[in-house]
Amino acid sequence: MTSFASRPIKHDSAPKHVAGAARYIDDLPEPEGLLHAALHLSERTHARIRKIDLSKALCLPGVRAAITVADVPGDPDIAPVVRPEPVLAKDVVEFHGQPVAAIAADDLATARRAARLVEVEYEDLPAVLDIAEAVEKDILLLPPIKLQRGDAGAAIARAPHKLSGELRLGGQDHFYLEGQVSLAEPREDGDMMLRCSTQHPTEVQKLVARVLGKPQHSVTVECRRMGGGFGGKETQAAQFACIAAVLAQRTRRPVKLRLDRDEDMIATGKRHDFLARYNVGFDDDGRILGNDLLLAGRGGWAADLTGAVVDRAAFHADSSYYFPAVSITGLSCKTNTVSNTAFRGFGGPQGMAATEYVIDEIARYLGRDPLDIRLINLYGKTERNITPYHQPIKDNILPELFEQLLASSDYRQRRNEIAAFNAQSRHLKKGLALTPVKFGISFTTSFLNQAGALVLIYEDGSVQLNHGGTEMGQGVYIKVAQVVAEVFGIGLERIRITATRTDKVPNTSATAASSGADLNGKAAEEAALILRRRLADIAAPLLDTSADQVVFADGEVRGGGRALPFAEVVHQAYLARVPLSANGFYATPDIHFDRANGRGEPFYYFAYGVAATEALLDCFTGEYRFTRADLLHDCGQSLNPAIDLGQIEGGYLQGLGWLTMEELWWDDKGRLRTHAPSTYKIPTARDLPADFRVQMLAGHPNPANTVYRSKAVGEPPLMLAISGWLALKDAACAAAGGRRVRLDAPATPERVLLAIEAAKRQAARPANAVAAK
Amino acid sequence: MSEPVRFVCSGQVVTVGRDVPHTMTVLDYLRRQLRRTGTKEGCAEGDCGACTVVIGELSDGGGLRYRAVNACILFVHQLDGKALFTVEDLAEGEKLHPVQQAMVDAHGSQCGFCTPGFVMSLFAYFHQHAAPDDDSLKDALAGNLCRCTGYRPILEAGRRMFELAQDDRFSRAEAALAAQLAGLKRSRMLRHSTAAGEFIAPGSIAELAEVLAGRPQGETWILAGGTDVGLWVTKQRRSPRSIVYLGRVAELQRIADHGDRIEIGAGVTYKDAFAAIQALHPEFARMLRRLGSEQIRNSGTLGGNVANGSPIGDSMPAMIALGATVQLRSRSGSRSLALEDFYLGYRKTALQAGEFVESVTVMKPKTDSRFAVYKLSKRFDQDISAVLGAFHVILDGGQVAGARIGFGGMAAVPARARKTEAALLGRRLAEAEIAPAVAALAEDFQPLSDMRASSTYRLLAAQNLLRKFCAEVNEGRRIGVEAAQ
Repeated sequence: MTSFASRPIKHDSAPKHVAGAARYIDDLPEPEGLLHAALHLSERTHARIRKIDLSKALCLPGVRAAITVADVPGDPDIAPVVRPEPVLAKDVVEFHGQPVAAIAADDLATARRAARLVEVEYEDLPAVLDIAEAVEKDILLLPPIKLQRGDAGAAIARAPHKLSGELRLGGQDHFYLEGQVSLAEPREDGDMMLRCSTQHPTEVQKLVARVLGKPQHSVTVECRRMGGGFGGKETQAAQFACIAAVLAQRTRRPVKLRLDRDEDMIATGKRHDFLARYNVGFDDDGRILGNDLLLAGRGGWAADLTGAVVDRAAFHADSSYYFPAVSITGLSCKTNTVSNTAFRGFGGPQGMAATEYVIDEIARYLGRDPLDIRLINLYGKTERNITPYHQPIKDNILPELFEQLLASSDYRQRRNEIAAFNAQSRHLKKGLALTPVKFGISFTTSFLNQAGALVLIYEDGSVQLNHGGTEMGQGVYIKVAQVVAEVFGIGLERIRITATRTDKVPNTSATAASSGADLNGKAAEEAALILRRRLADIAAPLLDTSADQVVFADGEVRGGGRALPFAEVVHQAYLARVPLSANGFYATPDIHFDRANGRGEPFYYFAYGVAATEALLDCFTGEYRFTRADLLHDCGQSLNPAIDLGQIEGGYLQGLGWLTMEELWWDDKGRLRTHAPSTYKIPTARDLPADFRVQMLAGHPNPANTVYRSKAVGEPPLMLAISGWLALKDAACAAAGGRRVRLDAPATPERVLLAIEAAKRQAARPANAVAAK
Repeated sequence: MSEPVRFVCSGQVVTVGRDVPHTMTVLDYLRRQLRRTGTKEGCAEGDCGACTVVIGELSDGGGLRYRAVNACILFVHQLDGKALFTVEDLAEGEKLHPVQQAMVDAHGSQCGFCTPGFVMSLFAYFHQHAAPDDDSLKDALAGNLCRCTGYRPILEAGRRMFELAQDDRFSRAEAALAAQLAGLKRSRMLRHSTAAGEFIAPGSIAELAEVLAGRPQGETWILAGGTDVGLWVTKQRRSPRSIVYLGRVAELQRIADHGDRIEIGAGVTYKDAFAAIQALHPEFARMLRRLGSEQIRNSGTLGGNVANGSPIGDSMPAMIALGATVQLRSRSGSRSLALEDFYLGYRKTALQAGEFVESVTVMKPKTDSRFAVYKLSKRFDQDISAVLGAFHVILDGGQVAGARIGFGGMAAVPARARKTEAALLGRRLAEAEIAPAVAALAEDFQPLSDMRASSTYRLLAAQNLLRKFCAEVNEGRRIGVEAAQ
């Protein structure tokens, strides 16, 4: 029976969204005496702080407080994992744009004006700006991760063919439409109430308590919804919440800190850009025999989540392929740039993209269709199915996905048509690529895979639902509500979805790693099942049947050929003094990983997908369009097909933005110069492929025991966009007369055109010049 | 002496308080003064569309015109005499407007933060079109960024809303609103001053000249559409003594046909100039479709683009190639300059104290001429050009008898490629014959590297644009990814 699970139910906030009635932090009625905060950001890239002078700022009428790290009453370090990560710069600034001081004033304009009056004396220090330099000098934030199986070096040495090279994959700004914002309000007993746009209320609570020098029970964090998160509010909302809280405690007044777009883009971390170096050996058919891969990610100035991001890049550097001998090294590079953080896919996209690129290179080298190289290397179902981290893949559905998409996309026929088009078209070239996705589901830090829920039934039969998942648009609230509606057999209108609060469900994990519905859905299901058992016990004698015969459906409790309204059973339970609230808890079973030895089963299951994208390229300018995309994605038995479709489509276009037009550009002084939508371009409606065909794989419920056999869907579809980038590479190769081109990401028109030019120049160079080099 | 600024919102006449500073944006006014928080701030620079609101104005025909604009870079005083629609206005109690209902039905919102802006852009589209078409819908939404959905469901909502209804309560109440707006008509110059400064909207060109003559240049901003001036406030946090607004100067809102040329007043928006330019130079108009976004084109003006003098302004290279002139005016008289001579250096123009741009004049095409404009940017829509090249040649028996080539993004000012032009004279546009002209581009320009493009790409792309222009002339067709679709 699936009356609510698996239905395309609308987002619970949709009517409010469209009416402008959904409230975000900055929309909330402002409390009496509210102060507005602003930040002074570092104007140096790496420098010792000699002196901070707040006097001019404090003199401005309307300014109520100005603070530096020295004014933090508790522990000023807010590192989520590895210290140091001071909430405001301490002794040194480590990137251009690092928050150094904060102001609270009567109005926002005054606060921002005062922030500019803060004077800092610096002594410049040498800065490291590039990943390659950090790799060269071994400047790392954390120890490397190494995944190894077999002897990759020996296998490559013995292989009939070898290729080596490097590529770069750019970072990506989250560009959540709602920037970072927190509202801190002092309460009785020195408590602090925070309303914060965060994916991780518990961590905000923990860190606010830390900077205030208070126990966690003094701090409550609430988040009703975010205007987008994408990973950018997993750890990095905390800094601004902490600053607001310190200012609030100091002034004994409520304080709101909302970054403007430029500050947000300058001062908060992004997707890690990566430098990848590969060395691969393969046979005449393109079968990979040995693969040695280095993945160096830019952590920026502090560790943040970089360790786990680089780990996940390494975990996904197999993409969907079996390597008989493999060595994957992941480096967490330290540079004097903003501290990079979680972003949808969390390193996975970078690892996968690197390997899909290598596959493409092998195909070009052998003169084969890259699809055939993919197929020959694809993981087997029962053999050739061991990952580089020694986890066997037991749920492989890639062959089915390939087969279905090859047919529905007419790949082989279009490949021929494109070859014919390119042969006769001089100025325009087409490209096509088909790439798979296999994404491991679970936090790779195993203990994070836990969730709690609190379900309350009131005497009138209405239900209040609380859990640790946060809503950033992805629909976790409605999905979890569907689960509870399903268990109780009642309509969604009887379930009140509430804001996520740390005083309702404690010690939660971030809503991240695509896990929101998996973990919180299971926890809420358990809470609801506990309550349903209690209600069944009450209903059974009333219905003259046994509790195990009682059925909850359509707002009724049925059994023994009779039915009672759900609310009536609830009322009877109340009279019988039965508790009508319950906590549910869930911990993902069977997962473990030994990082030191690179071995374990970090993932509970895998989510799969495959996509074919076609590109059209202007050889004069490097401009391009994506003319068609065919997506086939695996959601298991989708909890909500409408929500999941939104994740697939949105993830794909966000991935396409990352790999094509979204370029973060730092100048030679380490200043980010693309810090607003005028200079940093995310896709618009026209950038969606003109012919866009999206399907969900049918008939494949998750073999793992997930909530209603659904699969996580937040991150995996983003990687379907790798097909778009490699379609461009395909077109660029055609433009370069079939030569191999090095096409880094983002593949802006400039990068595409210069890649073609470089390939042509290389070909034009006399042979001895090549040899001499 | 301050006079109240008045506009209509939710059927009521709103009087802007006398203490409201002259740099207050509509967005801040809505969110802070009126506590209408449905309209969101996403970027405060007119690039994301989260703050989109719709302005209703009396059209020349007497009906109402709906324009989507960015509230974040529109000053509240610019609303004088107009109607303002925000996302809160659309639903009637619990009953959603067809635009809103279509968005809900199509699953067009996820996080919801961009949604009010999309709803308002679609609301304007609903009033401007009888039926949807894919291309114009994408044009209308190019100024609204969504990071969640991938846009497919929003485009679907844009089609579905026409299935739900053909009109709405706003179209049915237009006459009443028009009457209300007529009542706000102002006969005298608008002048609103506070301790912070003044906002002045002259009603005639003589008044404008008079106002400017009496004020120091550095502390007086001339405001046309505000699509750049707005950012001086929101991004640079500057505040001038005086803002002088061109929107009510009747003479500046005109497009005049002078036989062999058209003259476009400095207050004419891109959107209003579009039809006139489309009729004369469709290639130019095609590029204008990509200049800014619907919201920007509804606010910004060609005259503002010209006067602002940015080296990456998009309209100027095209107009330079077309031989445009700019008419300057002050209290003491007027003068005309070739557009390329108007630019003296980086952000430096020939404008003198008290002088303003009155109009630009563009020649109509000659039958033997070929003209094309190419805009290169990372993103097709609403992006600032890395390179913009405009080519205009007159052919005589297949040979180039005259050439004007304008470039943006290649130098400190929008500029002509004079050496390249010279190298083309007497040549056929064949690949082999244009090689010296292609090489000459490197003598005309030594472009910079910045976040939009490297100098290498800029020069190579500029040279390839010349090659492309010649290929298009020779093959008699447009070549490019847009043309191919």
